[in-house]
Amino acid sequence: MSGILHKQDPNAIRATGTLEKRTPGDQAVQIILYILIALIALLCVLPFIYVIAGSFATEQELTERPFFLIPHEFSLNAYSYILKDGSVFRGLRNSLLVTVVGTMINMFVSCTLAYPLSRGYLKGRNGFINMVIVTMLFSGGMVPSYILIMNILNLGNTYWALWLPGAMSAFNMIIIKNYFQGLPNELEEAAIIDGSNDLITFVRIILPLSTPVLASVALFYAVGHWNAYFNAMMYINDPDMELMTIVLRRMVFLTNKITQDSTFDWGAAGMPPAKSIKMATTVVATVPMLCIYPFVQKYFTQGIMVGSVKG
Amino acid sequence: MAKTLTADKAAGARTKQEKRAYAQLGHNTWRKAFSQHYWLYILMIPGILYMLIFNYTPMAGLVMAFEDFSPYNGDTAIQALFGSPFAGLKYFEKLFTGPDFWRLLRNTLAISLANLIFAFPAPIILALLLNELRCKWFKRFSQTLVYIPHFVSIVIVAALTYQLFSTTDGVAYHLLVQIFGKQNAPDIMSDPDLFATMIVGQNLWKETGYGTIIYLAALSSVDTQLYEAAKIDGAGRWQLMWHVTLPAIRGTIILMLIMKVGSLLNTGYEQIFLMQNAMNRSVSDVFDTYIYTKGIVNGQYSLATAAGLFKSIVSMVMVIGANKIAKLFGESGLY
Repeated sequence: MSGILHKQDPNAIRATGTLEKRTPGDQAVQIILYILIALIALLCVLPFIYVIAGSFATEQELTERPFFLIPHEFSLNAYSYILKDGSVFRGLRNSLLVTVVGTMINMFVSCTLAYPLSRGYLKGRNGFINMVIVTMLFSGGMVPSYILIMNILNLGNTYWALWLPGAMSAFNMIIIKNYFQGLPNELEEAAIIDGSNDLITFVRIILPLSTPVLASVALFYAVGHWNAYFNAMMYINDPDMELMTIVLRRMVFLTNKITQDSTFDWGAAGMPPAKSIKMATTVVATVPMLCIYPFVQKYFTQGIMVGSVKG
Repeated sequence: MAKTLTADKAAGARTKQEKRAYAQLGHNTWRKAFSQHYWLYILMIPGILYMLIFNYTPMAGLVMAFEDFSPYNGDTAIQALFGSPFAGLKYFEKLFTGPDFWRLLRNTLAISLANLIFAFPAPIILALLLNELRCKWFKRFSQTLVYIPHFVSIVIVAALTYQLFSTTDGVAYHLLVQIFGKQNAPDIMSDPDLFATMIVGQNLWKETGYGTIIYLAALSSVDTQLYEAAKIDGAGRWQLMWHVTLPAIRGTIILMLIMKVGSLLNTGYEQIFLMQNAMNRSVSDVFDTYIYTKGIVNGQYSLATAAGLFKSIVSMVMVIGANKIAKLFGESGLY
């Protein structure tokens, strides 16, 4: 390998004038690369497209045709079942509530801790930061937390059991802290000269200047709440409080209920569209995230970048 | 982390005067610190309380592993925690000598090692491929698409797997039948031999694209002059990748590897729990599902806590160990 490195290749020297060096072999590699990436990208979205198509298809077509992206015959049976059943929309509403309130709590706790920890002159700062780092390295585990939440704090069957134990992620808090730290100190000094105290500086100067990182972290938290599943299963049994993820699992994995439901008019097919109902439920659970995603994508990438700058 | 944390105390201050002025914001005695910056300490209250209640109290609750805990050993759970009889290492003995331990360890390690071998390098490879794309809009568009699976819940991933690979009506299963024939078509939903493959496959699909972000960020910071210099020396495409690109992201790779190694015993109970069924239970029982079933479902609190403590300690030792090793090799490490 080193032999090639030291050999003076006339082609390479000629090519350095323009950064791009294009030989036929090079172009073939590029074409293969484009096809490969296109296939990978397609693989990432194909399951969603198929499920969306299937949710609009008749049950008959779903059993007869192995694969399609546009159904021959459009049917809204599955969606009318979902509308009538109501648990899907209740799930969406509950998930929205848990996400909005949960994210607000997250942002409050994370920002209020991040700001003092970002001040280098804070006495006791290293001790408090070590306190955070310990929680990242070691945890009490599932059972003690469960006992704490259910038996000591009695939060079972309330959304507080989802909001409070996850009120802050140390990792996200440190992302915010690092961003605060990167803001110029002159801002704070100028505010002090103007008679501001630490609280006013924080709320009126630091927070408004940090909106990009706050948006990123809020989105990390929101996605976490929206997708949360296991804690909701452990702590909440009330069917009226079911989150969307729980509804989806029930409909897709545990369902015999759909086929037993005989009070609904299934139309000409005469049988319940169990398969398309599963698909329609999956679609309803996925679509809110897919609709918001293109608009907020840049905040996710940005947040990862801020987070990857070590602190 | 700690090294840079102390170094940034005077971050932003450029001249000596500025540094001195900034240092005067700090105080030598606690009384002075409180009286001047009381708002900072007040602001910290919610976060500190949160950590004390929800991080440190469960750590104290680990004492359950050393006693015959039952929530009914007292009027309240706290009284039960103090009132339960001391059991010494009984539950650890039960855990390590019991019939489940080696099976759990084998299953857990099988799944996480498979994840480490296949799902860890995948984002690096995809990032390198994306980095080679010259057409900017195509690169952006494919990035948008490959990030999508990260944002859906693991329940949706499980639901999609079920709908695609179910042997009764799954479309991907139909495809597999076409390729391998009716007899040989793999039934990934229930074949125990394919359980780890399915879990790794789901992880690959869900996280590969999103995982590229951190590597692409590192790649974008590579000085293009390095490439030009290497090209003058006659380096080809592969040599550029090997001698310029990979060294540039080595730090990031090692950082991510340390974090992965630390979570070798965390297989993620959500995913395993969703994909577990009667047919694959022999290979799908891992520490996380064991702790949930024994502790939360069956109420064997002490045994499950002992298993959890074992897992936490091993994870912590592995992170610290991996970090030490990284530092021995001259990398900056996690903290």
